[in-house]
Amino acid sequence: MISKLKNLWRVIRRLSGDDAYERYLVHYAQHHHAETEAPPLSKAEFFKQWQDSKWQGIKRCC
Amino acid sequence: MTNLLKNTLWLLIAVVGAAAIGGIALNRGESINALWFVTAALCVYAIAYRFYAAWIAATVLTIDETRATPAERLDNGHDFTPTNRWVVFGHHFAAIAGPGPLVGPTLAAQFGYLPGTLWILLGAVLGGCVQDMVILFLSTRRNARSLGQMARDELGRLGGNAALIGTFAIMIILIAVLGLVVVNAMKHSPWGTFTVSATIPIAMLVGVYMRHLRPGQVLEASALGVALLLLSVAAGGWVDSNESWRALFDHEGLTLAWAVMLYGFAAAILPVWLLLAPRDYLSTYMKLGTITLLAVAIVLLQPDVKMPAITQFVDGTGPIFGGKLFPFVFITIACGAISGFHALISSGTTPKLLANERDIPMIGYGGMALESLVAIMAMIAATVLEPGVFFAINSPAGVVGKEAVDAVAKISAWGFPVTVEQMQHLAQQMGEATLFARTGGAPSLAVGMASIFGSAFGDGLLALWYHFAIMFEAIFILTTLDAGTRVGRFMLQDMLGNIWPKMAETSWLPSMLISSALVVSGWGYFLYIGVIDPNGGVNILWPLFGIANQMLAAIALCVATGILVKSGKLNYAWVTGVPLLWLIIITSTAAWEKLTSADLRIGFFAAANDLQDKLAAGLLPPEKAGVAPQLIFNLHLDAGLTLFFVAILWLIVFDMLRVCGRYLTGKPVLPLSETPHSPSSLIEEWVRD
Repeated sequence: MISKLKNLWRVIRRLSGDDAYERYLVHYAQHHHAETEAPPLSKAEFFKQWQDSKWQGIKRCC
Repeated sequence: MTNLLKNTLWLLIAVVGAAAIGGIALNRGESINALWFVTAALCVYAIAYRFYAAWIAATVLTIDETRATPAERLDNGHDFTPTNRWVVFGHHFAAIAGPGPLVGPTLAAQFGYLPGTLWILLGAVLGGCVQDMVILFLSTRRNARSLGQMARDELGRLGGNAALIGTFAIMIILIAVLGLVVVNAMKHSPWGTFTVSATIPIAMLVGVYMRHLRPGQVLEASALGVALLLLSVAAGGWVDSNESWRALFDHEGLTLAWAVMLYGFAAAILPVWLLLAPRDYLSTYMKLGTITLLAVAIVLLQPDVKMPAITQFVDGTGPIFGGKLFPFVFITIACGAISGFHALISSGTTPKLLANERDIPMIGYGGMALESLVAIMAMIAATVLEPGVFFAINSPAGVVGKEAVDAVAKISAWGFPVTVEQMQHLAQQMGEATLFARTGGAPSLAVGMASIFGSAFGDGLLALWYHFAIMFEAIFILTTLDAGTRVGRFMLQDMLGNIWPKMAETSWLPSMLISSALVVSGWGYFLYIGVIDPNGGVNILWPLFGIANQMLAAIALCVATGILVKSGKLNYAWVTGVPLLWLIIITSTAAWEKLTSADLRIGFFAAANDLQDKLAAGLLPPEKAGVAPQLIFNLHLDAGLTLFFVAILWLIVFDMLRVCGRYLTGKPVLPLSETPHSPSSLIEEWVRD
């Protein structure tokens, strides 16, 4: 039961984009090197970019 | 053994579904429980999904789960990201489900519950779901390209341009008609107007919170916003009972229309994070929450549907909109059965998240099936009302008369008894001054929802439930309105950039202001005419929107059919070809009737000529004579627009047939633009948890 609720909470966070920064950090750790490249963005900076790119093109329907 | 069990289960679903549909279709004279509608719908979707969608996926599209999707190949951690299929489903559904499936069925209920319900079910499983799924598949195989790009790549420039112009036109009409629905819901309703206006500063507050106060704390900010929204519904009641505040929010339709235009303009030029993005969050939560609540309430309460299966208005004399059952029920209910707009989400947006092709049926077909269920619930909410009450709310004053006494006399004479006292009592319960001639579908849906919620969760709060429902509809109508205006602005800037390159710089202030003003005046014009039209405007604008939306669906199905033929799958081309043929028949017939009918309430030219004659003979009362020239001009414009939509439709159909003909006779055609196979290396459990 508890694990189901935890799962649901995870889906809600994922759907709303609440965990977008955490996922970005994971993606960064897997695909980039902090030593040779620019360090990961701060949370505020990342959120700005994420929100702006999310709102390109047609997002909503009738 | 398990196989036998499975077969028995599906047989059982088929039998229950057939029984439910039979019960709905054959029931005459007595009221029927709404649960039958839900049962019939769920069984139809389940069977169609399990067998038809699976067959299309396996045989027609030959979905390949070993093939890497664009989300995997082009993964950038930003817009291209392989995502859990339930999350993609959520995003996809939130994007396709707008106010359309709530309004259309409400209006179409004037024919009785049966025609609309059958079309919603059949149209969805054979048309809408197939369109969404096939387009999603085609776009996934083409690096998540948009419908317009696919049309250009596969059919040629003509198809691409038609898709682009069609999208722009539908956007203008859609925003106008949705704006009209909101204006009609707020007209002389201080409570409604206060609550709807309050959503704007609330959204801005949420925007600032998410961006600056606690960056990225999306859920925190949303929870705050939802709490404030609910508070604003309650606060509206206080405003309504306070004399001086009341006057501040009690407005004529025209004033509200100007306010909506001003809002649309502001939303198109303000940064997205301040208004659009936070409003979108709030409307998504409200939408999902309210629809779930409505489903729970219908199952708990099991209300009786009081509308007859079929009314006499199938002959075309209906008060809400003129026109016979065929083709107008198919035009009125676009979203919920088949909606061309979905093709824009299924291409371009959703494929960027898709982790594996095997999820395509669930997201494309399943997402549309769920939207269709929303349309069924809207149909239930409209038909649980006493038919007399339903017609009193939805019939424009121009048809049933301005005075309440005249209206009830006329509606009762149709065989749907209703009294002035009954309407007054209802209006008082709902906290409104009057419920007569509140056209557009939102007020009657809100009354229906309020009575369902009221009976399921306590009767004392009807006025709160009513205004909650109004707020719920208004908030995502406004979301479509501001997002649409903004997208329209970008499209226009792009188009104007072909003439003067400087205009294509989206953040150049003069270009931003000019193109936003142009888009707003485009839909603002139709909204303005809709408000001053004594017949309510919805009866003209909604069919126009329906024709435009079905035209866009036809464009999408043309692209799909063309690609199927070019891929050597002529034998299966009927999967998209049959719905396409049906759309061509209904849009062409509807357009033909709109242009040539001698019935004043259907034919644009007939109405214009009649108005012209009456004006010349001095037969019109002064307030009507003042707006008559504008109405006449508008009727001619609507006729031109209808002609334009049908011309685009036929143009692209012939273009598709030309390409297919060339392919089948061995002549060269544009090559398939499918990206080559590259094996997927995603660790399944990680994305599909």
